[in-house]
Amino acid sequence: MQSKTMANPYNPYGDDKVIAACSIFGMMDTSGRRFSGADVTRAIANMHDRGNGLGGGFGVYGIYPEHADKYALHIMFEDSLTRRDVEAFLRDSFHIAYAEEVPTRPARGIVNPPVVWRYFVSLNDRRPGDLTEDDLVVQKIMQINTTFSAACVFSSGKNMGVFKGVGYPEDISAFFRLDEYEGYLWTAHGRFPTNTKGWWGGAHPFSILDWTVVHNGEISSYGINRRYLEMFGYHCTMHTDTEVVAYAVDLLLRRHNLPMEIAAKVFAPPLWSRIDRLEEGSAERALLTTLRQVYSSLLLNGPFTVIIAHEGEMIGLTDRIRLRPLIAGTKGDVLYLSSEEAAIRLICPDLEQAWSPMGGEPIVGRLKTDKQRKTAPAKEWAVV
Amino acid sequence: MLKTLLPSRFIVERDPDRCIQCQVCVRQCGFDVHYYDAEDDVVRARDEQCVACHRCVAYCPTDALTIRKNPLSYRDNFNWRPETIEDIIKQAETGGILLTGMGNDKSYPIYWDHLVLNASQVTNPSIDPLREPMELRTYLGRRPDSVEIDWETGRLKTSLTPLVPLEVPVMFSAISYGAISLNVHESLARAAREAGTLFNTGEGGLHRSLYQYGPNTTVQVASGRFGVHSEYLDVARMIEIKIGQGAKPGIGGHLPGEKVSAEVAKTRMIPRGTDALSPAPHHDIYSIEDLSQLIYALKEATNYTKPVSVKIAAVHNSAAIASGIVRAGADIVAIDGLRGATGAAPKMIRDNVGIPIELALASVDQRLREEGIRNRASIVCAGGIRNSADVVKAIALGADAVYIGTAALIAIGCHVCQACHTGRCSWGITTTNDYLVKRINPDIAAQRLVNLLRAWSLEIKEMLGGMGVNALESLRGNRLHLRGVGLTDTELEILGVRMAGS
Repeated sequence: MQSKTMANPYNPYGDDKVIAACSIFGMMDTSGRRFSGADVTRAIANMHDRGNGLGGGFGVYGIYPEHADKYALHIMFEDSLTRRDVEAFLRDSFHIAYAEEVPTRPARGIVNPPVVWRYFVSLNDRRPGDLTEDDLVVQKIMQINTTFSAACVFSSGKNMGVFKGVGYPEDISAFFRLDEYEGYLWTAHGRFPTNTKGWWGGAHPFSILDWTVVHNGEISSYGINRRYLEMFGYHCTMHTDTEVVAYAVDLLLRRHNLPMEIAAKVFAPPLWSRIDRLEEGSAERALLTTLRQVYSSLLLNGPFTVIIAHEGEMIGLTDRIRLRPLIAGTKGDVLYLSSEEAAIRLICPDLEQAWSPMGGEPIVGRLKTDKQRKTAPAKEWAVV
Repeated sequence: MLKTLLPSRFIVERDPDRCIQCQVCVRQCGFDVHYYDAEDDVVRARDEQCVACHRCVAYCPTDALTIRKNPLSYRDNFNWRPETIEDIIKQAETGGILLTGMGNDKSYPIYWDHLVLNASQVTNPSIDPLREPMELRTYLGRRPDSVEIDWETGRLKTSLTPLVPLEVPVMFSAISYGAISLNVHESLARAAREAGTLFNTGEGGLHRSLYQYGPNTTVQVASGRFGVHSEYLDVARMIEIKIGQGAKPGIGGHLPGEKVSAEVAKTRMIPRGTDALSPAPHHDIYSIEDLSQLIYALKEATNYTKPVSVKIAAVHNSAAIASGIVRAGADIVAIDGLRGATGAAPKMIRDNVGIPIELALASVDQRLREEGIRNRASIVCAGGIRNSADVVKAIALGADAVYIGTAALIAIGCHVCQACHTGRCSWGITTTNDYLVKRINPDIAAQRLVNLLRAWSLEIKEMLGGMGVNALESLRGNRLHLRGVGLTDTELEILGVRMAGS
């Protein structure tokens, strides 16, 4: 593990932002059926050449049903001394229901890995009244990640987990024994950074609480997206485009209470020429116009494809002129999202349909069993 | 009268082999430089009156004329330069304040020329505006921090205060009727309508014949309140309170009585031939809470149908002032920099008061963001915008749109001779002399202005595409697309821009 210093390991040369190209893959069974990581690993391995071995990772939902009400913290440590200090901090901040080392096995290409532990925690009683549980957990994680230079919390949601590191994704999968886990939603990422040395924490997915983002692209509007988010208290310390996407999603969905379909119209809005053709005074025209007027600084401009996931939901989205690939496929209850169609067909030869979504058109998969979830109001937007 | 001791600044050269004594130059010169000597049947020149506006050169049918700088040498002296010496001579002869026109002509750093733009190579594709859509549309005005949706119906619950759309992020600066002719005002208005932007009346009211251009008009309310009445406010798309202007921060507008013709007098609601001197401050604004009252008085008067802009000169505390203006309820803050132009200003003030617009713009945008109120107002940058690259750099620094004044006037003939205050403009622009104003044909001038905006739009799209974005809003405030060259650490820090190569 490269030493994580306060000088920002994500961005050792102090670049404006970290540039990376990638392969991404997502697979969700909307019936809630859980399946192992074997297929997802084969699929992302099929896109081996889109990465360069400097980062691979997976996000899995539904893997810890026995601890479903606890925040599952995945923490990587450079040394055992740090682990002792961090654990003291955890005991002070949380109630730790269960802790164990994340089981690994030696794998090809995985050199000098960190020690990875997981902690299932809930909040103790000493909680200031004006913060939500989520806010407080975020605060504590930020505190650990900035205070302890040899530790990194890289996963913090409930009943989900992120596994990532330096290596090709298939090697990371082998290392973390992902064939032994079962989840209903998997995302995967193979990374091709152009300028950073590999660092375990720097691989995708990027996550905060149960939100994960895997991303292929370079967001040319990064400078203004970041400055806009700073006004709302988000500090993009890692200088990655992906971080901007994660915070933007958090702002629009969690804090501004917008449905994903509408957030997608902020990130990849229709052209004015299309909005102008809508009927004058129509609700859709008013909505799209207002979104562009208010959230112009959150337009994610430049080439990108992202797969965003959180509990019960997976969303694929490209920039509005689709400068990076995204293929969607379905069979039965299963939704696939991938950089390349071949990766889907490898694990599902009898795919029912496969298509390239239009630029800026979100592809959303939702758990059918989830009665609690608010459903998006605008049905005409592509919802699987 | 004593002959002036001032030497001529320019020499008019006439090629006798080409001159045909047609006297076009005599009729074209607004400064009575050329005259016909009937006795000798020859056209001669009074060099000392020449301002180098090139009207005669452009209209001479045989290309017989050229204007040269008077090479008259003084003894070299870095302290007592010719301009300094001549200013003293003028004041010794007249006992008056030195007056001038146009913007600051001194050699202060032009930061636009120390900022360079980014372009995509390999890791992201540049976008070709000849083949892909490229969006420049901009909305000016106040935005809420978030949009609210009704989850049941999917409909919008948020309603916005009025915003002004611009198809090109360039508006015409405030130039008053009186400072310029009605034909120029009409040309600006027609061009604004055709190009989808706004022109600005300046502080001299709006002639009734131009009310039809109201949807493309910003009406100004300045300390003199010239021409301000309810109908004037009603026809406008936007209202601008003029606190200051970059050419003369801290003082009010000046229109010499010579330029106050019958129509100007009627439009301004003042007697014909009287000097129209705006007070230095608004007499009802002595602090920020007074400004707030005026903003809301104007909003009340127009039933909250129009955004209100507040225009200030860029001065030392612009960032804090702008913050106060936004909190006072302004929907737009317009900042006019050190190089902003004017029809008439005291030379010492024009050349020495205020700060460069680039620095003011960067610090205002940053301050409003730090205070979390940048959404509440748009920023318009004015004063010295010369070309489309300046526009792009201003937007990357944080401007929502820019004003152009001098550039627009150059498009319709101005040669920046700095004699606007004389009212004798040979090009018929900064004059109300009936003989001269006819030189601006609104059909032609409006077309030239539209051409300029079109050309700049095409260039802006090319630059945007090169940076890999297809909407102007993705560049707005995106300082990562700028790099500095030849700047100190402090300058880079204030501009919020990194050194080229870093």
